[in-house]
Amino acid sequence: MNIMSEAAVEKALDQKMNTVPYKMIGKDVSVYYGEKRALFDVNLNIRENTVTALIGPSGCGKSTFLRTLNRMNDTIENCRVTGKITLDEDDIYDPTIDVVELRARVGMVFQKPNPFPKSIYDNVAYGPRIHGLARTKADFDEIVETSLQKAGLFNEVKDRLHEPGTGLSGGQQQRLCIARAVAVSPEVILMDEPCSALDPIATAKVEELIHELRTNFTIVIVTHSMQQAARVSQRTAMFHLGNLVEENDTDKMFTNPDDQRTQDYIMGRFG
Amino acid sequence: MSMHIMSAYDEELKYLTRRISEMGGLAEQMVAESVRALVNSDLALAQKVISDDTILDDAERQIGEKAIVTIAKRQPVAADLREIMGSIRIAADLERVGDLGKNTAKRVIAVAGSGIPRKLARGLEHLAELALVQLKEVLDVYASRSPEKANSIRERDEEIDAIYTSLFRELLTYMMEDPRNITPCTHLLFCAKNIERIGDHATNIAETIYYMATGAQPEGERPKDDNTSTLGSVND
Repeated sequence: MNIMSEAAVEKALDQKMNTVPYKMIGKDVSVYYGEKRALFDVNLNIRENTVTALIGPSGCGKSTFLRTLNRMNDTIENCRVTGKITLDEDDIYDPTIDVVELRARVGMVFQKPNPFPKSIYDNVAYGPRIHGLARTKADFDEIVETSLQKAGLFNEVKDRLHEPGTGLSGGQQQRLCIARAVAVSPEVILMDEPCSALDPIATAKVEELIHELRTNFTIVIVTHSMQQAARVSQRTAMFHLGNLVEENDTDKMFTNPDDQRTQDYIMGRFG
Repeated sequence: MSMHIMSAYDEELKYLTRRISEMGGLAEQMVAESVRALVNSDLALAQKVISDDTILDDAERQIGEKAIVTIAKRQPVAADLREIMGSIRIAADLERVGDLGKNTAKRVIAVAGSGIPRKLARGLEHLAELALVQLKEVLDVYASRSPEKANSIRERDEEIDAIYTSLFRELLTYMMEDPRNITPCTHLLFCAKNIERIGDHATNIAETIYYMATGAQPEGERPKDDNTSTLGSVND
């Protein structure tokens, strides 16, 4: 049996992390809201099957960057994005890209759980239906069940699939939204403070879910909770005043960050 | 370093720093007094060192408790986390230094009356001076958090090891000269070993400070010049 020393295992894991291919590449990404520039030439790559946490004080551009990854900024008037973002090889800002299809590939979960005013079943079936991913009832049943299972919600709701999604608790609603995002088999899931409206137990369940989802999806999460970033992510990117200050392995980021601004922010000190 | 947004957090960290400094001062004093008690056969002073040890033990416990509470409440990260973990380690090292001083003090009773040869006493005093200088400097480095100075202390442990080795040889010689010397010399050997260990603890503390300041372990092997583990054959 080949027993590696602890240091060798660490090194192998580091190397493994360094060889994880990039799922999305952001190059010189800048965002303007009218005259105001919100992001300054951000170069940040998102690794496949990795949870990447975006942290930084309010207004630092982390949510803005997250939204560029599935062109959510398109819905904001006056918003202009420059630079280049690719998903695998595809330039997602290419005029020929179908934005609806892009958002199926790069799904999103928001801060406040926002289930549709429909049944639990229809909330999950909605995406596959509009994207034509299933035709027969049996197909839909299967997608709904596996999606709810992946979101760790199936056992809690299996007897009331046709009751309204809005009748669930906050934490369950958020997991329903994750099930909804998962139902269209996205490649990347963006999460914008998915736990900020949840209590600690619901938060723990969502965090556990994020941890499990990582095997099948690439996840980018914006969070105000330092501890959450430390708990769920493998890579952490720190934003400050529209700039990417530092991107590093999460372990390094929370024990010995390279940048003074990261240091001050995560330790809760005056910058 | 800049202040925390929550000032109570700064107060908790300051408490740890202050208590560590106090422990350092007391540990230093105990070591100095234990050697003085030994050389002068001063039983009263030895007794004082023995009773002072409980103060050091209490301080270590209090620092540990404060550190645990701070970790639980503040979830410290990065330099703050290293600071708190470092405090726990340094407190443990200083507590051990106190124990070694106490152990030396306990041996005063056994050695008193047998008359320590002047030359040996000088050797022990010299060893203790070096260990104390190292302890004092490492406590100064703790206050300044200079990684460079922490590293230079680490490199100086060699000197103490070398003197300890020569004392070891000397004690063996005395024992071989006259079997009646064996009892006091064995005690003195332990005393010398105690003092030499204090140098090691000072080195540990220097390494901890280096880690607290930089987040990295000091590079390279710790310099060693304590050869006594291979000494001992009559022909050596």
